[in-house]
Amino acid sequence: MRPFTYERAASPAEAAAAAARNPEARFIAGGTNLLDLMKLRIEAPAHLIDVNHLGLDRIEETPEGGLRIGAMVRNTDLAAHAKVRRDYAVLTRALVAGASGQLRNKATTAGNLLQRTRCPYFYDTDMACNKRSPGAGCAAIGGFTRHHAVLGTSDACIATHPSDMAVALRVLDASVETVKADGTTRSIPMADFHRLPGDTPHVETALEQGELITAVTLPPPAGGVQLYRKVRDRASYAFALVSVAAIVQRDGSGRVALGGVAHKPWRLEAAEAELKRGAKPASDSLLAGARPTPHNEFKLRLAERAIASVLAEGRN
Amino acid sequence: MPGSPDIGTSRRDVFLAGAACAAAPGAAGAHAQNAAAAEAPSMTGVAFTVNGTPRNLVLDTRTTLLDALREHLHLTGSKKGCDHGQCGACTVMVGGRRINACLSLAVMHEGDTITTIEGLGTPGDLHPMQSAFISHDGYQCGYCTPGQICSSVAMLEEIKAGIPSHVSGDLNRVALSEAEIRERMSGNICRCGAYSNIVEAIVEVAGRQA
Ligand SMILES: Cc1cc2nc3c(=O)[nH]c(=O)nc-3n(C[C@H](O)[C@H](O)[C@H](O)COP(=O)(O)OP(=O)(O)OC[C@H]3O[C@@H](n4cnc5c(N)ncnc54)[C@H](O)[C@@H]3O)c2cc1C
Ligand code: SF4
Repeated sequence: MRPFTYERAASPAEAAAAAARNPEARFIAGGTNLLDLMKLRIEAPAHLIDVNHLGLDRIEETPEGGLRIGAMVRNTDLAAHAKVRRDYAVLTRALVAGASGQLRNKATTAGNLLQRTRCPYFYDTDMACNKRSPGAGCAAIGGFTRHHAVLGTSDACIATHPSDMAVALRVLDASVETVKADGTTRSIPMADFHRLPGDTPHVETALEQGELITAVTLPPPAGGVQLYRKVRDRASYAFALVSVAAIVQRDGSGRVALGGVAHKPWRLEAAEAELKRGAKPASDSLLAGARPTPHNEFKLRLAERAIASVLAEGRN
Repeated sequence: MPGSPDIGTSRRDVFLAGAACAAAPGAAGAHAQNAAAAEAPSMTGVAFTVNGTPRNLVLDTRTTLLDALREHLHLTGSKKGCDHGQCGACTVMVGGRRINACLSLAVMHEGDTITTIEGLGTPGDLHPMQSAFISHDGYQCGYCTPGQICSSVAMLEEIKAGIPSHVSGDLNRVALSEAEIRERMSGNICRCGAYSNIVEAIVEVAGRQA
């Protein structure tokens, strides 16, 4: 690991300012993704800014009747929060489908959103990777791609975003609140938070240099039956091949987002308009334009079946 | 962990990758080249309590909690398996909650209360979970055992606190069952495959507590 200096930030704005001043600085939250990557020298910050003690660990109700989840709330505590379990069950279900008990005790809301891809070529520093070294090429394209994306890919990168939580936040229409180095704040809808790879797969989110996530806000409860179905190679403790987050209403309408298929949670409002006509038209619309490889084209049928099964369960 | 290249990297691969980074930083990608070998480590003081004893250490900031416990405090019960949060051999409790000590920096534990396997019980005065692992043969080689025991003790508290899991049918009524125990212990790998005996040991302790 590269040597680094360490500081505990005093306030969110100061943390953002310190990170903006030093391009080699990184925030550290639970550390469960950053330290993993630092040990492999995939990340090599010269300075770490600890953002754990800034009072960002609370869950509060908003005046609109939603929830404001602090950026440092642990995944375990978010999953177990009484209001989340009752009114945002898809979020609890997605969280407890991810990682392990130990990891969820450390992992934070912000860190989970910003966890990096599990593309094995990204992890192998002897392989070309545009995400790790912009312009180096992509060893995954033409390689072993069973786990890679089928939607929204580019000729530069076909990686997926591995978070389960993010898929639930997308289906819940959450927004990400931030503070920038100059102290200004903004709110980024989940739809715009993660980016598709395009020509710049190393730019993964809408965040600017030094911009700190302070919270994630949920709108008032959407009701309905809320489900998260994760299909993976083992029953527990594995990343998704395909996952489905769904909110199904009594009248057959609803919302559906997919994980494990793209560089961001995959949701299309146009596909949801098809839901009342049935699972097949909706998944056809959601999966339109897919560019699978021979290794991962199974994900399309898997997604279609997972969507059908979740909708059937939701309408029961 | 077969069939899953993401977390399926073998321990040997991880060790080889680590060795390659240390021996030939130039081969390990662009970032490594930036990191001149001459960069001096940064030292920071940290104070925390381990198994009831206050400890003050001055550490290279890169030191993980696991290395601080093993290399600096000589508490070698917590084991280094994969060093990447995948195997659970390093599980300890911080403030009563289980975490992977390998994916946490020691300097981030200022003021924390840490419990390792050495703090749970001693050979003459075993923790009930330690006794249960012995009577149920909940191990073969024993390497994962300290992590399994720390994890299972904290895991039963999570069930008592009503924290739901992936197999909880009703998120608001968490009940103890073998399926719950298996799911919640999936972050602790046992390559000898002593799982069924581990579950029996945990069931016995959970039953006595109930
Ligand atoms: C073995 C293993 C299995 C896993 N399985 C799963 C799984 O099945 N599903 C899943 O979803 N996840 C899985 N994970 C990933 C896990 O969820 C993430 O490691 C975790 O959520 C990261 O959170 P953290 O707080 O530890 O982030 P950190 O490692 O601290 O940070 C991650 C990134 O976020 C940045 N950051 C942190 N806080 C802020 C902030 N407030 N503002 C701006 N930037 C910030 C950091 O600079 C860093 O770049 C797994 C991890 C491991 C090790
Ligand atoms: S798919 Fe993306 S992350 Fe994987 S090697 Fe190619 S550029 Fe890198």
